[in-house]
Amino acid sequence: MKTPAVPRLYGLMAEFSSPHDLLAAAGRARQAGYRRMDAFTPFPIEELSEALGHRKSRVPLIVLVGAIVGALSGYALQYWVSAVSYPINIGGRPYNSWPAFIPVTFELAILVAGISAVLGMLALNGLPMPHHPVFNVPRFALASRDRYFLCIEARDARFDRAATGEFLKSLKASEVSDVEL
Amino acid sequence: MSEQDRPKHASPERPGLAALRGRLEGARGPEFWRSLEELAGDEAFQELLHREFPRQASEWTEGLDRRRFLQLAGASLALAGLACTRQPLERIVPYVRQPEEIIPGRPQFYATAMTLGGYALGLLVESHEGRPTKVEGNPQHPASLGATNAFAQAAVLGLYDPDRSQLLLKLGEISTWASFLESLRGRLQAQRSLKGAGLRILTETVTSPTLAAQIRSLLALYPKAKWHQYEPAGRDMARLGARMAFGRFVETRFDFGKADVVFSLDADFPAAGPGAVRYTRDFTDRRRRRDGRAAQGRLYVVESAPTLAGTLADHHVTVRAGEVPVLAQALAAALEVPGVPRPAAAPASPFVTAAAADLRAHAGRSLVLAGEYAPPEVHALAHAMNHHLGNAGATVLHTDPVEAEPVDQAASLGELVGEMRAGHVDILAILGGNPVFTAPADFRFGEALGKVPLRIHLNGERDETAEYCHWHVPEAHFLEAWSDARAHDGTATVIQPLIAPLYGGRSAHELLSVFTDDTPRSGYDTVRDFWRGRTGTAGFEAFWRKALHDGVVPGTALPSRTLPLLASAVPEAVAAIALAGAAEAKASLAGQETCELVFRPDPTIHDGRFANNGWLQELPKPLSSLTWDNAAFIGPAAAARTGLVNGAVVEIVAGGKSVQAPVWILPGHPDGSMTVTLGYGRRKSGRVAKGAGFDPYVLRDSTAPWLLPKVSFRPTGEHRALAATQHHFNMEGRDLVRVATLEEMRADPECIKRMGETPPKDQNLYPGFAYPGQAWGMAIDLSACTGCNACVVACQAENNIPVVGKEQVLRGREMHWLRVDRYYQGDPEDPETHHQPVMCMHCEQAPCEVVCPVGATNHNSEGLNVMVYNRCVGTRYCSNNCPYKVRRFNFLKYNDETTPVLKLLHNPDVTVRSRGVMEKCTYCVQRINEARIDSEREGRDLRDGEITTACQQACPSQAIVFGDINDGKSRVSAWKSEPSGYGLLEGLNTRPRTTYLAKLRNPNPALRPDKGRDRG
Amino acid sequence: MENRTTNYRSPLIAPGYTTSTVTDKISAVVLARTPRWWYVGFGVTFLLVMMLLYAIAHLFAVGIGIWGVNVPVAWGWAITNFVWWMGIGHAGTLITAILLLLRQAWRNSINRFAEAMTLFAVACAGIYPLLHLGRPWVFYWLFPYPSTLGIWPQFRSPLVWDVFAVSTYATISLLFWYVGLIPDLATLRDRSKKRVAQIGYGILAMGWRGSARHWHNYESAYLMLAGLATPLVVSVHSVVSFDFAAGIVPGWHSTVFPPYFVAGAIYSGFAMVLTLAIPLRRIFGLEDFITLRHLQNMAKVMLATGLIVAYGYLMEFFMAWYSGDMYERYVSLNRMFGPYAFQFWALIACNILAPQALWLRRVRSSPPVLFAIAIVVNVGMWLERYVIIVTSLHRDFLPSSWGMYSGTIWDWATFIGTLGLFLALMFLFIRFLPMISIFEMRTMVPEANVEETPR
Repeated sequence: MKTPAVPRLYGLMAEFSSPHDLLAAAGRARQAGYRRMDAFTPFPIEELSEALGHRKSRVPLIVLVGAIVGALSGYALQYWVSAVSYPINIGGRPYNSWPAFIPVTFELAILVAGISAVLGMLALNGLPMPHHPVFNVPRFALASRDRYFLCIEARDARFDRAATGEFLKSLKASEVSDVEL
Repeated sequence: MSEQDRPKHASPERPGLAALRGRLEGARGPEFWRSLEELAGDEAFQELLHREFPRQASEWTEGLDRRRFLQLAGASLALAGLACTRQPLERIVPYVRQPEEIIPGRPQFYATAMTLGGYALGLLVESHEGRPTKVEGNPQHPASLGATNAFAQAAVLGLYDPDRSQLLLKLGEISTWASFLESLRGRLQAQRSLKGAGLRILTETVTSPTLAAQIRSLLALYPKAKWHQYEPAGRDMARLGARMAFGRFVETRFDFGKADVVFSLDADFPAAGPGAVRYTRDFTDRRRRRDGRAAQGRLYVVESAPTLAGTLADHHVTVRAGEVPVLAQALAAALEVPGVPRPAAAPASPFVTAAAADLRAHAGRSLVLAGEYAPPEVHALAHAMNHHLGNAGATVLHTDPVEAEPVDQAASLGELVGEMRAGHVDILAILGGNPVFTAPADFRFGEALGKVPLRIHLNGERDETAEYCHWHVPEAHFLEAWSDARAHDGTATVIQPLIAPLYGGRSAHELLSVFTDDTPRSGYDTVRDFWRGRTGTAGFEAFWRKALHDGVVPGTALPSRTLPLLASAVPEAVAAIALAGAAEAKASLAGQETCELVFRPDPTIHDGRFANNGWLQELPKPLSSLTWDNAAFIGPAAAARTGLVNGAVVEIVAGGKSVQAPVWILPGHPDGSMTVTLGYGRRKSGRVAKGAGFDPYVLRDSTAPWLLPKVSFRPTGEHRALAATQHHFNMEGRDLVRVATLEEMRADPECIKRMGETPPKDQNLYPGFAYPGQAWGMAIDLSACTGCNACVVACQAENNIPVVGKEQVLRGREMHWLRVDRYYQGDPEDPETHHQPVMCMHCEQAPCEVVCPVGATNHNSEGLNVMVYNRCVGTRYCSNNCPYKVRRFNFLKYNDETTPVLKLLHNPDVTVRSRGVMEKCTYCVQRINEARIDSEREGRDLRDGEITTACQQACPSQAIVFGDINDGKSRVSAWKSEPSGYGLLEGLNTRPRTTYLAKLRNPNPALRPDKGRDRG
Repeated sequence: MENRTTNYRSPLIAPGYTTSTVTDKISAVVLARTPRWWYVGFGVTFLLVMMLLYAIAHLFAVGIGIWGVNVPVAWGWAITNFVWWMGIGHAGTLITAILLLLRQAWRNSINRFAEAMTLFAVACAGIYPLLHLGRPWVFYWLFPYPSTLGIWPQFRSPLVWDVFAVSTYATISLLFWYVGLIPDLATLRDRSKKRVAQIGYGILAMGWRGSARHWHNYESAYLMLAGLATPLVVSVHSVVSFDFAAGIVPGWHSTVFPPYFVAGAIYSGFAMVLTLAIPLRRIFGLEDFITLRHLQNMAKVMLATGLIVAYGYLMEFFMAWYSGDMYERYVSLNRMFGPYAFQFWALIACNILAPQALWLRRVRSSPPVLFAIAIVVNVGMWLERYVIIVTSLHRDFLPSSWGMYSGTIWDWATFIGTLGLFLALMFLFIRFLPMISIFEMRTMVPEANVEETPR
């Protein structure tokens, strides 16, 4: 459905040279009422997600669930194997020798929790995602070096190509460029 | 394929697989072996032949390059080819005779007998589909009573030994029976005219009535022919002693069952001599405690080197062999045997006085034994003492000789050698034995033999003597041929074969028949005809069947006769002792590196005849626990003085001859003395015996067969690795073997129990398992165990336990499921020695099971600790966690599955284990299951004693009892309830199902403090 | 991962660095042309790997009998090496996880290759339990999988615990390491000129954009992993110690094993980190990132854990005496004065005496001396496991079955082979991945201190 005339726009990308400018800009943009925006930095900046008003991460919850599932399934496996499926008299020990089953239970809890942490993180970040419009901005490669970017998406209610461009320029952005789809 | 395009590895010198197969195809019967010989020339095949025996294990570790791998693969495939062509050879087994008896899967037992030194030990041999696989004792046979010794247990391996002589040889070339007969005929004709003046027969000791009759008829046919006998480990000493005492050869046998006090003058009665197995049984039965009642009887032992008898003794003293006669005289004097002066200086006088008093107190119920290898005068004195004590006729029974023709064998052989040298001998037929190797060195037998124009050798092994003879005839194994023999009490047994000769061997009967009969007769006919002649034709068949079935010929035991002692006996003996004493004095062994040299037959390979038997080679020798080697045993004192260590090679020099021997330090061995065992250092033998040990025969002298009064030795600085299975003999103050005297037990029945901790049954984290129905258990009586090791070989034979070879034993990888531990207590110069058989304890709370990651070892409903071989992945954690270290691991592929003939050996009821799995004692679970199936089929409960484990069955002293511990009336329960019962390492709360009865002694109060038993 | 500003005595990164210079310097190591010495080093270690393969082939063809093991000493070098490698692995996890939780910023420059070291060490360790089986081709029977036989592993066996502990540890370490790599992979993707590299790193980076949302979840997940890895690393070596502590063998059956095995693991691990870090920082001129203070801190950790280990030894002997158990007492005496006394005293010298030098600041600040001590400790820790295994087994309850043990040439070949494998993997790592975490280093340059924003 895209029209060949004007390349459709993902948003506008402002580049900053210091994390402070970016932080400030993010704050101002939010005050200005922009919601659909994201910032890109070469290293994690805790304050940024607050400035952009991101919700608390849901990774911990996923990990907790994983740990519980792992522990339960771990013990269940051992109980079923030793006491139900094929009970054998091993050195006169009871079929359900629970003290001996603790280590494996613990290890499985950790294993499942760890895996769910990583998969959860990727899922929440929508990774893997081989391509994304922001990569169309040539200078974006510097986002993984020493440049700081703020991108306001075209989908934002208050987005207006000209006005938003002006607004970003006013935030000490060293450069503002179109992010094409 | 043509010459050009044949690949390299298949060149004519080293034929490839195709070539090997080509040669094998169509090979049948006799030629088949010829082609094997050809193959044997091939390097790849040599490799394989070498591998056939457990030495291969060592080989394998030395890397495996691709080329050799191909060779081995090729060669083994070739053998696979051979396996098929063997079928015709196997057809001729008892099937043919009575097919209706065969129930597939059910073994049959045939009564027969094995001879050693000519005397018979009655056996029942288990046969699976015609394959003899296991030897048991014949309960009806007086010399066995159901038990056996190690030699008999290993006989089946001897039968299947691939190194056995398999070819009739003429000057080392393969020949045929026919050409042998024909070439012999001419010479015999010549002898006829000479009345056999040049014909000589040399045999070992003969008790076989049939063989004797054959030889006599030969002598009738050739009046001037002569019959000589020589047995390297023979009984000349006893014979001459008897002649000295009674003026004639007399057989002496003992009734330990009636003897309260036994005094042994260097007599190792549990190990040596014709009646050993029987005597062990009688002796231990006499002493055995029943329902807690006190053991009776007392044993005094004088020994010239540590012996099994010494380990049983309530009191023992160790003296040099040279001092034994003086000590015998001292005892006789103390007993006031008329005409015996008290010797000037006699060792161990308090001991002698006390013993003498004890013997006198039990006159008529006592026994004085003279050692098989003690000089004649000691035997004569022993006879005198037994007469004086009134034991003769009570505990000591004299009978006519059991031997067909008792002679002074050394003299007999000497005479033969003399005649050979003088060139009077035209034909010499050597029926059995290996005189070139075993004859006294001073005879230089081989050299003399060279002067005989026609030399015929019959033996089961292509040995040193075979090399010296024109004709070598392979002798049939006793399980392959008909014969007969007599036991120590004269009882005759018809030896019946279980399998037709594997390698076309002939028996002595068949060979002799060539000399006497125009048409040679079969061994079967010869033996049958002899007995028909004895019993008459009437009812012979019934008699014959019964004799074969029972394994004994009724009414052939020799009656006891009362014989007066010659007046000359005692003076002669005393004079001889005085003479020897003087020699002793002259010898003066004070010097640094001189000592007396004592010869003994080897405890596992005897005089060398079992040298090629892997089971016996790897059987730890009692007391030293050495395998695969003999050694020069010296005492700790001598070792300390000379600075010799185990394995240090010394050169022993006597009369210009010398051997190089590794030293082994044996606690309790007298100073100034050195003991060597015969039979090792074979020069021509099978692959197993090759390179094992050194040969003491070269020092052995016809005048002093068992003792050289003085030899000198010097360290060579070399060292020979000796493979012992036990290195540490000190109990480290642990309550492993618990010992008490009867007094202590009477005073405090709990004393044994209190020596170690026994956790109460309820002291446990877990509820534990209940064992309704049968609960198998075992009890072992340490007072009864003589440490003879028969059980170890029995276990090996029953359970298909592989032999691993010296190199692997050195690495500590022997595979015996059952071992007999030895511990010394007290003064290393004169210690108490304890034996403790140890096998899997089948712990109810087994530490091994808990740590197995795959559950390959676990408990069954009857409390057996079962090992699931095909589940085992080989972590060896169970072995680490086993406090008894009874688990054995297949570190390499020990089981030989490539040699076709050895496949016949295996017990089909027991899995053959492969590389990488753990194994251990199963309480002979296959026997348990067989008995259970029978009982279920017959709809009855299992009877106590119905199940016997292999070790229990073989044990001459009945030291092992197995059964259901849930059954309060079972023997095993009774034993376990004895106050002296205890479990090994009970403190670990493993709840072993195998428990022990402490070793109880009955020391003479007059000899307190009893030496050697100072605890700790 | 906030609060990066910490007032340390000396800086954790040399002054004058900016995010750009940090990025360029570290990524240059990967993106530059391969130096000649790398080919030499990798070639040599690769040959050792080939030797390992040959030793393994021979082992499988002939059997475990080519090694020195016997009865009573049924475990030997294989298990020694297993425990040794596992221990080495632990330092990596400790640095990445525990020090992260403890906010030890100095870890940032060493955690990456420490974590890599963990992975490679665990890989080497993992080989041994498989090789030492009598029938290695059925190793998978130790895993619970539905089989037609209907039988399962025996979960009371510490060896099964091992299987789960080690495989969990390997998995978590791998994830942790990879997650840590993602932002740097993105950096390499963006910085590399070669198309192949761009695609390669691009795939691995999974489209990482460094967006605020990414970082947000990323940080959270990274912390979670750290939180999980910390108890894990403790549990793993405890489980390894159960292989011994759960047995009844005197000298093994001891409750002090788990703690002092863990301490020993960290001890040997840090020794190995130093062994690697000191040459690396030299070769790549990374002294500015892996500063002297890093080395000093690691030395201090070594000293501390070394003392814990010493305490463990002490307690072992005390308990042997105090318990009054004759077997335990004998084993203790036998260790000190028996046939293996030399190995025992050597281990005391290496693990207890040598590291005492670390009390001296002069020693702690001299890389060559630290390097030497690290090597000594590595040897000592190997000896410790050897002594624990062999001296306990060779003389246990029944004197009749006492024996001796010594490794064969094949034991040597296998051990040296795994050393080769470890180093070969290290060479590959430093060549193709940033050995220092770039994004974490960026957080340490002054410009990254967003808190004290000049308003």
